Amino acid sequence: MESSNLILELTHLQIIWYVAFAALLIGYAILDGFDLGVGMLHLFSKSDRERRLMLNAIGPVWDGNEVWLVTAGGALFAGFPEFYASFASAFYIPVMILLGGLIFRAVAIEFRSKEPMAWWRWTWDVLFALASFVIALGLGLTVGNLIQGIPLNEHHVHTGHFFEFIHPYALLVAFLAVSLFAMHGSIYLMMKTEGEFHEKMRHFVNPCIITFIVLYVMATMATLIYQSHMIETIRERPYFFIIGVINMLAIANIPREIHLGRDMRAFLSSCLNILCLLSLYAIGMFPQLLRASNAPNELSLTIYNASSSSLTLHILLLMALIGIPLVISYTAGVYYIFRGKVKLDAHSY
Amino acid sequence: MDVEILSRAQFALTIMFHYIYPPLSIGLGLMMVIMEGSYLWTKKSVYLDMAKFWTRVFALTFAIGVATGIVMEFEFGTNWAAYSRYVGDVFGSALAAEGVFAFFLESGFLALLLFGWDRIGPKLHFFSTLMVCLGAHFSAVWIVVANSWMQTPAGYHIVGEAMGARAEITDFWAMVFNPSSMDRLIHVVIGTWLAGSFLVISVSAWYLIKGRHRQFAEKGLKFGLSVVFIAVILQFFSGDSSGKIVAKHQPMKLAALEGVYKTQTHAPMTIAGIPNNAAEKVEYAIQVPGLLSFLAYDSFDSEVRGLESFPAEDRPNINVIFYTYRLMLMGWGAMVILSIMGVFFWMRGTLCDKKWFLWLLVIGVIFPQIANQMGWVSAEMGRYPWIVYNLLRISEGLSESVTAGHVLGSIIMFGIIYLMLFILFIYLLTQKIRHGPVMKEEESTHYHAMETYVKEIGHGKQ
Repeated sequence: MESSNLILELTHLQIIWYVAFAALLIGYAILDGFDLGVGMLHLFSKSDRERRLMLNAIGPVWDGNEVWLVTAGGALFAGFPEFYASFASAFYIPVMILLGGLIFRAVAIEFRSKEPMAWWRWTWDVLFALASFVIALGLGLTVGNLIQGIPLNEHHVHTGHFFEFIHPYALLVAFLAVSLFAMHGSIYLMMKTEGEFHEKMRHFVNPCIITFIVLYVMATMATLIYQSHMIETIRERPYFFIIGVINMLAIANIPREIHLGRDMRAFLSSCLNILCLLSLYAIGMFPQLLRASNAPNELSLTIYNASSSSLTLHILLLMALIGIPLVISYTAGVYYIFRGKVKLDAHSY
Repeated sequence: MDVEILSRAQFALTIMFHYIYPPLSIGLGLMMVIMEGSYLWTKKSVYLDMAKFWTRVFALTFAIGVATGIVMEFEFGTNWAAYSRYVGDVFGSALAAEGVFAFFLESGFLALLLFGWDRIGPKLHFFSTLMVCLGAHFSAVWIVVANSWMQTPAGYHIVGEAMGARAEITDFWAMVFNPSSMDRLIHVVIGTWLAGSFLVISVSAWYLIKGRHRQFAEKGLKFGLSVVFIAVILQFFSGDSSGKIVAKHQPMKLAALEGVYKTQTHAPMTIAGIPNNAAEKVEYAIQVPGLLSFLAYDSFDSEVRGLESFPAEDRPNINVIFYTYRLMLMGWGAMVILSIMGVFFWMRGTLCDKKWFLWLLVIGVIFPQIANQMGWVSAEMGRYPWIVYNLLRISEGLSESVTAGHVLGSIIMFGIIYLMLFILFIYLLTQKIRHGPVMKEEESTHYHAMETYVKEIGHGKQ
């Protein structure tokens, strides 16, 4: 392929890739969100049997969910290398914690059921839950800082320090992410279990939902008051407001479906909630990728100044057209095979 | 310590640990195709047992390869941000191609492979095995293409100036088929075949020593030996051809690999010796006169550039490159000896009875690993001081905002986590080997859980 025979304009490609990247992130949040949530709730179950049920509910799918993160990372590097470089080096510590945490979780899941001693299982259980919590907290903290913006110099290099990432707004978003994933995970567990444990899960869900709604309202107000740049796009294009409305309806629908005993629908509402939340984030940020808090208009990385060349974006688009059906069929296939309630057998974790 | 050394150490740690697993997956992919193909051809159940057993081992190496691969994917941005800005347009698309054409193909069909034994027909299952093997090989293709572009860049132009300069693709296929990519790819792929087939040989030899699964082990040993015997011969020619590419495009690397300090015609090939940088000569050298000139440029009177013709501050670490290169060659030599002995005993019909030789084969699994790792170390360190050859220096590729403390902290974290991961790998591998090629086993990978679960659904027990 050469530069001469290109079809789409550069700005169109940049927007397509922004949407594609947002879609990958949303896919990751919906899928890995519930298994992080299950991880955080792990210690709230006291008996070994219940913990094994929880682990095996996510057993077949958790590492497939990480495929979405791999894809998002690759798309970012290839599509927006300037943003990938500035983001990953600025958020060095959160990214390292995420990477370490993901591997660590895998090791903990594999190790815990290998030995019967209580101290052995307890140790890995604590580490597993802690890793899940830290990953969720780190992801939320990162998003909070992306909304607020970070100081950048004229070469798009971060000039601040890690401890500056820890401020009230970012912490609010971090705990919002924790409560969101905990709620999502508890609903997933309810959907995947039956009998006595299912009833127990119903009691887990309510506090999770209440915590989430409280934090959701607080975070929304804080964003409207302190991060007013996030609503500019919606002010210009009011039809995006409908996403906010759908979001609230989706949240309200979760307790209703649970009350009616329709777990599957409750889970889908929770998925829709995450979809809307992150769509609002993507719309609010557009066209910025990395906001420069010191000079937003001059130094920010946008989809226009951080993208690859037109030729590369064309090549990537061709690859995506081949790759996306493969990812979706893979994900759908695994979930289809593992539909239904989880059971323990000799081959379980 | 400074950020540059620490970042290089971190990259070396993470990539070398990662590179234990992909060669095993790729090589086992080939072995699985051979085994299942033999089953389809002959319908003997022992071949089916082999295919099933090694598919389970494959799943383990693949899972750890993925986990450690995610780290690599983000490390370019965290530790080498300036490099990522510079090459993202070119390098990023090769990595994305790896994700799409290799990773998804592999993971998508792997699920079918593991739980599809009873659900899909043998021909379709064989097709899935072929796809997984192909996907594994594709991952080598795109990664080696990306790395070869760093060794011999092509198909790009530079836009912008100074800090803002970066490489952009002008011709995708010229980038893919850059001068060194195909030779290096062949060299790497043969190395992976050796890694995979030696694992099969090693485990089979162990079973024979213990007197377990005799037929299974005997067939595995013979399959493995056949592949190794062909691969070591192919690797000889591939190595020669890769060496000529290095001589043509990266003369300084050649000089460091071969320990050539003085520019000379009739340059000798140094078999062994101790490089002395202060005296600019190799001490106690055992040399074959004129051979290097001949191998590198096809004629004894060709001139080989010595290290003296390059600025002292730009020279790579000659000691490390000189020795790692020879360790690679020794690893290959050990495999040559083992495969010749193996084929000799096989012809005489005594292969499965010579315990001392079987023990040698059990340890033999280490030789392809040594050769692969050391070959990469000499290739990568030989590119010094360039991160992209003649375009960008290693020191210019670092992240501007990352401090030594950050990098040191992450090295410690990865050191601990990778140690745990390695223990887990060895534990699960020995568990699988102890258990042997029998179905219905106590095993903990979720793929296996998937397999039994699907069976339950199939029998209507859900």
